Amino acid sequence: MTTPDNLKYTKTHEWVKAEADGTLTVGITFHAQDMLGDVVFLQPPEVGRTLRKGEECAVIESVKAAADIYAPVSGEVVAANQELADKPEKVNQDPYAAWMFRIKPADPGELGALLDAAAYQEVAEADKH
Amino acid sequence: MQTTLHTTPLNSAHRALGAKMVGFAGWDMPLHYGSQIEEHHHVRRDAGMFDVSHMLAVDVLGGRARSFLLGLLANDVGKLKEPGAALYSCMLNEQGGVLDDLIVYFLGETHFRLVVNAGTADKDCAWLAARRDRHEPTVTIEPRRDLGIIAVQGPQAREKTWRALPQLRAATERLAPFRAAQAGGMLVARTGYTGEDGFEIMVPAAAAAGAWEALAASDVAPAGLGARDTLRLEAGMNLYGQDMDETVTPLESGLAWTVAIDAQREFCGKSALQRQPLRQLLGVLLLDKGVMRGHQGVRGAAGSGEITSGGYSPTLNRSIALARVPAPVAPGDDIEVAVRDKWLRARAVKPPFVRRGKILISVEC
Repeated sequence: MTTPDNLKYTKTHEWVKAEADGTLTVGITFHAQDMLGDVVFLQPPEVGRTLRKGEECAVIESVKAAADIYAPVSGEVVAANQELADKPEKVNQDPYAAWMFRIKPADPGELGALLDAAAYQEVAEADKH
Repeated sequence: MQTTLHTTPLNSAHRALGAKMVGFAGWDMPLHYGSQIEEHHHVRRDAGMFDVSHMLAVDVLGGRARSFLLGLLANDVGKLKEPGAALYSCMLNEQGGVLDDLIVYFLGETHFRLVVNAGTADKDCAWLAARRDRHEPTVTIEPRRDLGIIAVQGPQAREKTWRALPQLRAATERLAPFRAAQAGGMLVARTGYTGEDGFEIMVPAAAAAGAWEALAASDVAPAGLGARDTLRLEAGMNLYGQDMDETVTPLESGLAWTVAIDAQREFCGKSALQRQPLRQLLGVLLLDKGVMRGHQGVRGAAGSGEITSGGYSPTLNRSIALARVPAPVAPGDDIEVAVRDKWLRARAVKPPFVRRGKILISVEC
């Protein structure tokens, strides 16, 4: 399954998982890592940084190109996955386990505005052509 | 605008292997077959094969062929004495700018073969024809789009090639580096673009897929343009269009060793190469984390310059680059590179970074 049903998505190819404590975990989709190719560098945002929805907040680089990762909602960064920064190839191996940062949303209602799996699948398909 | 990409004789083989295809210099080529990094390691450690049929072989025929090439190329084809000998050279314009880099093979006194880059092939053929008309009208220039080219590279490349294509063994077993031999309807050269041992095999288009399949059956792993680029960058080999073009001379491109200047031989661009170059091409090792890319700025005590090719080196697990910098910059100098919005710490180094599986530079911070 390349687009799990239990996650939310952005048009910029981030996946977002709602955690029980109200925080949101963020990574990049299967499609995003497939387009990038082998990932070799990741710079997650600093913990404590306040993000606005849509703001560039992390950098990912593959053998091919650099890409920005955008904040899916506004809020504060409460965790960053430094282990992943040391093993960036995990983004290719298991993109939905390779989380990059966790955000405490300023407005929990913003989650509802994100794409569901079916809507994101359409975005990804259109992106291939 | 939709333009149709050219396809090589191996196009359907790539698609059958599930390659990610990309447009490159007007050709539909495999970028990778799954993981570019694994393909890279496979070539460094074992054997991989690349479809390089997008490159163009051009035969130069006739009794005046050598004379024509003596005036055409910055390196001296007078060095080619025995049939099968090969030479790397730049082809320059009158200003000493690099029109292309190529390999010239001496197949016989009336038969030389050039292999030129895909992106410059049309321009090269026009240049060759124009110079032929002006200087050596009896020479025939014959582009060989009827040939495919497969590069088999890696420490096991030759052994696995002989296993896959046993008809090549006798003629190529004692082939020295930068020599070629004809066997089984193919031209097999001990050359490459990865820094590893191996062969580049020119094969009639109709036989290319069969050779590819035989190599695959002997456990030679297909590798795409992505791995080809990281391998050649580690090997410190220039990519035409990135590391050099018509605006720079070979002396500014780390290729002084390919320019043969002597009083007896005139060649196109020679007079422009008398001045001491103000710029040079050097290697860069990134000390901070990140990935250098082409066109990023470089600065140091001796002045500033620009990255020409940059990327991630799978062998070093670091970012490496080639950069055009002022002539006073020396290997070992501390420099900085503008990676995205930050100046990162780096060191100027003398390429190559890696050859024959071995790291040749110090990676200590």
